[in-house]
Amino acid sequence: MTDNPTTATADRVAEFDQGRKGFVHQVQHRLHVTPALVPLIVLVGSIAVFGALLGNKFFSPFALTLILQQVQIVGIVGAAQALVILTAGIDLSVGAIMVLSSVIMGQFTFRYGLPVEVAVVSGLAIGTAIGAFNGWLVSAMKLPPFIVTLGMWQIVLAANFLYSANETIRSQEIASEAPLLQIFGTTFKIGGAVFTVGAIFMIVLTLILAYVLRHTAWGRHVYAVGDDPEAAELSGVNVRATLISVYALSGLICAFAGWALIGRIGSVSPTSGQLANIDSITAVVIGGISLFGGRGSIMGMLFGAVIVGVFSLGLRLMGADAQWTYLLIGVLIIFAVAIDQWIRKVSA
Amino acid sequence: MTEPLLKARGLVKRYGRVTALDHCDFDLMPGEILAVIGDNGAGKSSLIKALSGAVVPDAGEVWLDGRKVRFTAPTQGREAGIETVYQTLAMSPALSIADNIFMGREIRRPGIMGSVFRMLDRPAMEKFAREKLSELGLMTIQNINQAVETLSGGQRQGVAVARAAAFGSRVIILDEPTAALGVKESRRVLDLIQDVRARGIPIILISHNMPHVFEVADRVHVHRLGRRHCVIDPKDYTMSDAVAFMTGAKEPPEALLSA
Ligand SMILES: Nc1ncnc2c1ncn2[C@@H]1O[C@H](COP(=O)(O)OP(=O)(O)OP(=O)(O)O)[C@@H](O)[C@H]1O
Ligand SMILES: [Mg+2]
Repeated sequence: MTDNPTTATADRVAEFDQGRKGFVHQVQHRLHVTPALVPLIVLVGSIAVFGALLGNKFFSPFALTLILQQVQIVGIVGAAQALVILTAGIDLSVGAIMVLSSVIMGQFTFRYGLPVEVAVVSGLAIGTAIGAFNGWLVSAMKLPPFIVTLGMWQIVLAANFLYSANETIRSQEIASEAPLLQIFGTTFKIGGAVFTVGAIFMIVLTLILAYVLRHTAWGRHVYAVGDDPEAAELSGVNVRATLISVYALSGLICAFAGWALIGRIGSVSPTSGQLANIDSITAVVIGGISLFGGRGSIMGMLFGAVIVGVFSLGLRLMGADAQWTYLLIGVLIIFAVAIDQWIRKVSA
Repeated sequence: MTEPLLKARGLVKRYGRVTALDHCDFDLMPGEILAVIGDNGAGKSSLIKALSGAVVPDAGEVWLDGRKVRFTAPTQGREAGIETVYQTLAMSPALSIADNIFMGREIRRPGIMGSVFRMLDRPAMEKFAREKLSELGLMTIQNINQAVETLSGGQRQGVAVARAAAFGSRVIILDEPTAALGVKESRRVLDLIQDVRARGIPIILISHNMPHVFEVADRVHVHRLGRRHCVIDPKDYTMSDAVAFMTGAKEPPEALLSA
């Protein structure tokens, strides 16, 4: 009979299908519970691939810690961005706040002769205030975050150029008169690994935020507000206060990024950090945090930032055109968003 | 004569051109189960939202326990002891059952872990949540850390009812709490309503299910066109009378008209 084999095949196909569905569903569930898993896998995978291709040139404590140094600014700003995106917002002004804060720290020290500690605190305070104002516009005036921070980006950047008169404060000057401004650039070696205070700060900051988001009431409220603000309000969350605090904290973190920026480049330069907003959004998206809010983990953002660093360094060491990095990052972004959509289907 | 525990006079709420509440009055007596019935769009949900603080009425006054109150946020109603299950359930889909039950009133760890590091006491919250869910017979929920979005509609409703019953101290408001529930689960909720009343806490029950209403309610507030049309004693009238009053097919006797 010619019938039999066909039936058998059909049966087997059906069986296979079911097994696969069960497995796929399990993966989907797993990712739903642990959203940082995808970027972690991509990170480990890309390190493995570049390590295999490049050997010790890439797979060394020196090169791997170099990546951390290169992504520290994006990682710190990414933490700020992640908080805002978790509330279903977006912050386009992060880079501008960062630069303005660093300029304020520098100018307050060198133009007004204030003690450097006072200048640093002023920079942090102004960053926080700008963030809080963003938060107030979003939560009390009910303006869309995209528009608010688009406007604030322009305002803060222009203020930065006007105030600094486009003037750079040189590295040597800072080193001799106000070394505190460069403290994030301090390096220390453990074996072949080279760490900077800035890189350590990025990691510690992310760990603290991961704890706060997971284990405190405020953290749960951030997720609830991003998930469904109306439901959050009805179930007893002060949505306005939560939003303002998130944007204010984002501003504070950006100001810290400004401080770290001085350590990274040595000087205070009003033209630096122009791409920080796009880079931070990239890290957040590759890190698996949903742009619709309420989903994802901040550890994912850190993995996302490091993934970008791994690709840029790996491809550079291979002698590839830098455009390949952008191309692959573009692919990763779209891949990450597709995964996010797929994970969200669990609820459907 | 006993004073109402919760009383409202002349509530008005407009949404653009729609008048959801049109000089509506309301009385809830201590310890009673008051059902609120009315057509779709009659303004029942708007009424209870005005009472709980979820919407601020354009006009009118509310008294709780004889004291005038003016809630401008749902948290204020909650602090005053009014606990509400909204028709939309008001839950955060991506968060766990325990997180949702304790939203806005989280328990922190004892000692410095709680006071300094603000750490949530997850074990305590989970234990409490599990107890409340088993009281409601929601044993089909396997994992208290499950995200609410992975629950069925009925299970979600059960969680919302458990939350309200666990925390309501003065008044519990249930806006169609059994709409998505099966027969068995509906029964549990009705039993729970009786339990809560036995604790001396009055309940406002909005429902389209006449048998449920007539089974548990002490009085029935008939809502029509944004206002209280009449209040009837379910022992004196039949379900079809109630429906006729509600739809305007029949006029209630003069004595019952509240206007
Ligand atoms: N947020 C809102 N914006 C605009 N109109 C609204 C809003 N909420 C309620 N309404 C309108 O107010 C009226 C009363 O609505 P409400 O939800 O109070 O009715 P209901 O009696 O609870 O109806 P149902 O039985 O369908 O739940 C309706 O016409 C509705 O369209
Ligand atoms: Mg309703």
